[in-house]
Amino acid sequence: MSEALVASRTAGTDVFVPAASGGLQFWRRLRTQRAALGAAVVVALLVLVALAAPLLTAIEGQDPTSYHPALIDSARGGVPTGPLGGIGPDHWLGIEPQTGRDLFARLAYGARVSLGVALAATVVQIAFGVVLGIAAGLGNRWVDELLSRITDIFVAMPLMIMSLALLAIVPPAFPRPVLVTLVIGLISWGNIAKVVRARTLTLKELDHVAAARLSGWGAWRIARRELVPGLAAPVLTYAALLVPQNVTVEAALSFLGVGVKPPTPSWGQMLTAADVWYQAAPQYLLLPAGALFVTVLALTVLGDGVRTALDPRAASRLRVGTGRRRETKADTGSRGDSV
Amino acid sequence: MSPIEIPAEGQVENPVGGSAESPAESPAESPVGSLVEVDGLTVGFGPLRAVDGLSFRLRRGAALALVGESGSGKSTVAAALLGLHRGTGAAVGGSVRVAGTDVQQASDDELRRLRGGKAAMVFQDPLSSLDPYYAIGDQIAEVHRVHARASRRAARARAVEVLERVGIADAARRSRSRPHEFSGGMRQRALIAMALACAPDLLIADEPTTALDVTVQAQILDLLHSLREETGMGLLLVTHDVGVAAESVDDVLVMRHGRAVEHGPVADVLGTPSQAYTRELLAAVPRVEARRVVAHAADRGRASNRPDHPSDRGREGVPSDHAPNGGREGVPSDHASDGGREGAFGASGEVVLEAAGLRREFGRGKRAVTAVDDVSLTLRRGETLGIVGESGSGKTTLGRMLVGLLAPTAGEIRYAGRPHTGVDPAVQMVFQDPVSSLNPRRSVGESVADPLRARGEKDEQYVQGRVRELLERVGLEGAHYNRYPHEFSGGQRQRVGIARALAADPRVIVCDEPVSALDVTTQAQVVALLGELQRELGLALVFVAHDLAVVRQVSDRVAVMRRGRIVEAGPADEVYGSPRDPYTRQLLAAVPALDPEAAARRRAARREPVHM
Amino acid sequence: MTGFGGFLARRAIGTLLTLFALSVIVYVVFYATPGDVAQITCGPRCSPAQVHQVAAQLRLDDPLYVRYGHFLQGLLAGQDYSTGTSVEHCPAPCLGLSYQSDQQVTRLILAKLPVSLSLVFGAMVLWLVLGVGTGVLSAWRRGRLSERVLTALTLAGTATPVFVIGLILLIVVCGELRLLPFPQYVNLTDDPEQWAWNLLLPWVSLALIEAAAFARLTRSSMLETLAEDHIRTFRAYGVGERSVIGRHALRGAFAPVIALNANNFGSAVGGAVLTETLFGLPGVGQELVHAVNVVDLPVVVGMVLVIGFFVVLANAVADVLYAVADRRVVLS
Repeated sequence: MSEALVASRTAGTDVFVPAASGGLQFWRRLRTQRAALGAAVVVALLVLVALAAPLLTAIEGQDPTSYHPALIDSARGGVPTGPLGGIGPDHWLGIEPQTGRDLFARLAYGARVSLGVALAATVVQIAFGVVLGIAAGLGNRWVDELLSRITDIFVAMPLMIMSLALLAIVPPAFPRPVLVTLVIGLISWGNIAKVVRARTLTLKELDHVAAARLSGWGAWRIARRELVPGLAAPVLTYAALLVPQNVTVEAALSFLGVGVKPPTPSWGQMLTAADVWYQAAPQYLLLPAGALFVTVLALTVLGDGVRTALDPRAASRLRVGTGRRRETKADTGSRGDSV
Repeated sequence: MSPIEIPAEGQVENPVGGSAESPAESPAESPVGSLVEVDGLTVGFGPLRAVDGLSFRLRRGAALALVGESGSGKSTVAAALLGLHRGTGAAVGGSVRVAGTDVQQASDDELRRLRGGKAAMVFQDPLSSLDPYYAIGDQIAEVHRVHARASRRAARARAVEVLERVGIADAARRSRSRPHEFSGGMRQRALIAMALACAPDLLIADEPTTALDVTVQAQILDLLHSLREETGMGLLLVTHDVGVAAESVDDVLVMRHGRAVEHGPVADVLGTPSQAYTRELLAAVPRVEARRVVAHAADRGRASNRPDHPSDRGREGVPSDHAPNGGREGVPSDHASDGGREGAFGASGEVVLEAAGLRREFGRGKRAVTAVDDVSLTLRRGETLGIVGESGSGKTTLGRMLVGLLAPTAGEIRYAGRPHTGVDPAVQMVFQDPVSSLNPRRSVGESVADPLRARGEKDEQYVQGRVRELLERVGLEGAHYNRYPHEFSGGQRQRVGIARALAADPRVIVCDEPVSALDVTTQAQVVALLGELQRELGLALVFVAHDLAVVRQVSDRVAVMRRGRIVEAGPADEVYGSPRDPYTRQLLAAVPALDPEAAARRRAARREPVHM
Repeated sequence: MTGFGGFLARRAIGTLLTLFALSVIVYVVFYATPGDVAQITCGPRCSPAQVHQVAAQLRLDDPLYVRYGHFLQGLLAGQDYSTGTSVEHCPAPCLGLSYQSDQQVTRLILAKLPVSLSLVFGAMVLWLVLGVGTGVLSAWRRGRLSERVLTALTLAGTATPVFVIGLILLIVVCGELRLLPFPQYVNLTDDPEQWAWNLLLPWVSLALIEAAAFARLTRSSMLETLAEDHIRTFRAYGVGERSVIGRHALRGAFAPVIALNANNFGSAVGGAVLTETLFGLPGVGQELVHAVNVVDLPVVVGMVLVIGFFVVLANAVADVLYAVADRRVVLS
């Protein structure tokens, strides 16, 4: 932000020295990691599918909620009549047993719920964690003590159990995806608050913060200019960890029947009944399970990549000073070659 | 990656053992009896060549110092002697023989026998160089068992023995302590004990005293000296500190950019250097014996004419001394400077900063620690007050209170006669760490512009112009405005820090160890810059440092701190020339001398016990 | 040592405070919700008369803090309940009565606890052994093919939710291959062998995802330790790689592993709920899901408190273990 400001202000003057901004450096480091790049592509595709779900299902000519009783064999307990669980030009991935709803449509709309809830919950977690973490880090002893205690309680609170219980008592009229988002976000912000508090404590002891105080700036400006930019890296790193975790929690809650409720499709919810049908319509089990697996995997790998890019030391640790010996000759022979 | 399997590590306890007298190794010994033979050593890390064609010899029992500034490749050489680059991706060329082992060609087993058994290394940072989770005695015993066929019990006994030898009192009990329970000096002794455990032929000491206080440094250097006399082992000392080298070795090899600049007996190299770089290096080393050279007469008129402080507050009405007892003990005030040299503006200069009875505690209740205890001082326009002390003396805490970054627990600070709390643009600070003192995410120009913008300067043209002017004034370029801190060297960043302090138009600058992180030649430049600015702007400086020589170089008056109190204060020449407090004397006696003969005399003097 | 004693005392007080605060939060969240608390508490199938009785029992006319005090009193000293016809005494840790089954919540939970404890602690042994072992192995084989395979497996493990792996195991092992019967809980005291066999699949499902987390952590803390200066010291003294990794690097991973175990205990308990539901194990988790579905509020609140109690306790124990593993913590 400030970098851009500087650049625009001085672009016309005598010398312009392009400085590598934080974002550019981050991108350069992320780009060198092939796995992370692949994961980023997968995540981008998933997001695209989620965003374009109405369009894609319109192309297919289906929607996620219409029943197709004609396509299921009620005599055999409701299995799809067509081969391969009803896969065909009308139903790209087949249909749901018993109801005949289109699986592709449910999967695509499920991505919306899954990613939407996970991302939104992460935003809530970060908002709470960052505000409370900074407050604890900058506040006096009593503020810090109080906020840290509260944080400890929320860290100790088992997310699944609390969400399970909370979701039970909220009236059904409340929109479920929003509810799930809020419940996840409001319960599990503790760890990020701890990270932010620790980082704030470190940052505020740094000399450049002291220098800013000596310059005469007020607390608010110092927090904004000297502290917050330094928090970006740890917060982003932690957020990258939270997203896949939230995907899993949402799926788990929906799997238990307390998360997103029918008719809104969700991957976790699709799995609830799937084990009964795995012989007749294996894709009914495999598709949501695979979607979950791929999503969480891609988000995790991307998160690892983000962490490595933000903390290059973590990456170089893996290379330097290992003492794992190579053959002697390889060392003596080559001069000045870069390894 | 090599497909070759690592040999089982369990076979490490080799029958040859660690002892140097092993006959099996004798045939390989070089005919001249050199302990270390380095020929055309080259170490490259990627495109960077850290060591470039270095050759030297070290006789058995002799001592050689590798001296150089950061980036000279001296530590890389030390690591190469033990083959520590193997497997790290560094490209090592040339040949290295240590105690008869060809380090380049040696098998992994041979190399392990060399490491610790024949050549042992002592590292710079004694805390991080020991495993925090194990007792120190166990760590020494573990190393001993690698090289000697010893039972656990015998190895443990050996550990206690060497710990005793290096001067750890109550060694049997202390050997069960973990590193964090030791003081810095004791840890370094423990590391030396580990080196001794296997009776090596060569001790490689990589900056062994850099992390230590000067009195502890003297003890460690004395210890190394007596161990060498006793065991006859050779010493390769890697250091940036010419004084440390003068104290400890027979020969010196001056390194720069991975090459040897000058090599010879210590007295010759330091006494009559033949190379320009060596002379430059020696000239930059601050000497504790040298008086401060002040060129104030010529600058005085010019400086006082500068309209830097339009709102010049009156000279009168300032009580000159607040010490209850007055005199030299406790208060470096103008009383004390009567007989001595005066600042650029003389004793009559107005008082810009005063502190009376300052006290600062950290923690509460039983855990409370008093960092600064009843310190009073007075600072006049144009003078430099040096505050010198070892780690934990409270000097940094004092400096932070003076600029208002820390609130005193008790006592009062007055700026220009008025009681003051909190920060004030008129009192600025230059920080120790050139890395953390600049925000890495903002351009240096923005950082320097902070004080201008903070006081409400809206005219962007003026702000940028002024910042460029300041950058140029401290020896950088105006065009550096848009660069980021990571593009600068340590010395340059320190200059940026000075420019930022100047931007506030201060009357006082407190410099907290401003040069301790810098190389000696850079150090000299930054010190010179501060002196120039002081004369030009009539600044009052408080110079906080652990280095007695640097403090003498810059200060008109000096206060010596110990455990939160000022133990002695007065004009620099008096304090350094005829110290009254025993602690000051001890400090001065511990400063390494550049003259090897003087160093030997002082070592002898130090052997007489000093009572603290 | 006094330092350590003081540390223990401070930690104990902190734990008690946390437990107290947890009970307040849980009580307020569940008994001060907008809406008809009596109706929610009693459940959807209650008659108006019953709802009225429940409202009286909950003393809904009293201010919140009085009601909480009453609840706390029941928790600490026990309470008497009128069941309409007689008075029932609910002894010390009294979590109230279920309005669905008229059972004391404490008894209900105690009856289910052995199943959940068997599941969680058995799985914990498995995930620690499997996770730390994998982590050590992949740090040890760094840069080799075996490390890559382990890393890939570990990643796959982190990305597979408990209910997915459980579902697949159930279908493949019990359904298709018929290697094991569908799990039926057998008491440890009745038949230890059957107990273990029947819990094998639940253990594996619950442990795999946690083991993956531990493998990643162990590996990275070991590599971090390997990059530290003291490792360089031991290498420079000819100490062999086996000792450097097995003794010094592994020791560095100790404290982080303990910390993670505490941190992940909560999520593992969540996983246990899924596992119990999936495998039909009659544990606390399954009961909780049931209670949530029929909206049996006293049971839900009781379960949340009991599980929270265990998680807070696990955190406290881990803190102490952490301090034992790394004494420097005590000093700061």
